[in-house]
Amino acid sequence: MKTNLIALLSGVIFGIGLFLSQMINPNKVLNFLDIAGHFDPSLIFVMVGALSVAMVSFKWIRKLSVPLFGDNFQLAKKTIIDRPLIIGGCVFGVGWGMTGYCPGPVVAGLGLFSVESVVMVVAICVGFFAYNALFERNN
Amino acid sequence: MENFTPLSALAGGALIGISVTMLLLFNGRVAGVSGILNGVFFAPKNDRLWRWLFLLGLVLGALLFHTGLPEFNMPRQHYPLPLLVIGGFLVGFGARLANGCISGHGVCGLANLSLRSLVATCAFMLSGMLTVYVIRHVLEIAA
Repeated sequence: MKTNLIALLSGVIFGIGLFLSQMINPNKVLNFLDIAGHFDPSLIFVMVGALSVAMVSFKWIRKLSVPLFGDNFQLAKKTIIDRPLIIGGCVFGVGWGMTGYCPGPVVAGLGLFSVESVVMVVAICVGFFAYNALFERNN
Repeated sequence: MENFTPLSALAGGALIGISVTMLLLFNGRVAGVSGILNGVFFAPKNDRLWRWLFLLGLVLGALLFHTGLPEFNMPRQHYPLPLLVIGGFLVGFGARLANGCISGHGVCGLANLSLRSLVATCAFMLSGMLTVYVIRHVLEIAA
């Protein structure tokens, strides 16, 4: 129960952050990526704001052996730089640059009644299913 | 430079930092949106409710502020549909392949000083910039 409430509240704060920073606005994201044209460096400041909080807090959280409410910490275990990481990052970047959307703003965009967000959520989920059909069956 | 808004960007970013801190500190989970969304379909059944609630929260947070400030972020219209459909697919597929997106790698992973996340973040940024260059300045669509 407590962890569910935290998840909801954490989502609400994340959504407000995406709204306020205007990361939810795909044209602003595209202008950030458009270094040769309408360059708008604002989104660097989103990263700076998020990381200046999270780098400090994560340093302290890493000292805990269990989270305050949950059973255990579930962090990514892989540490090697492999081909899927680099190829996946590049493929993701192409989609990001084509649309101006990454997954957080797509979901939050549903709260703006954005039709694009609906299209994007479906397309992203199709991408998930394609990945799972191709790779997860073999594991 | 156009519409440079460093203060609201910093404030919004700080809220995102607080959000990812809460989810890790209390629940032990990484607030990576692509991983959370993917888990709605593929995680064990008893590991799905919190994911739906987090995603619902994302929508509610944006909706709450959109109701108060409707002009602040107007939804884009008339963007080419093929770009959205193909781009969306690549975002979903690429995020699974790289095991994370901007929130998972670019915020949580970097805050956790992960080298993998640094590499992934550089890959997103470079490939995103190159793609926008091609779309806006070479093909000259959707400028």
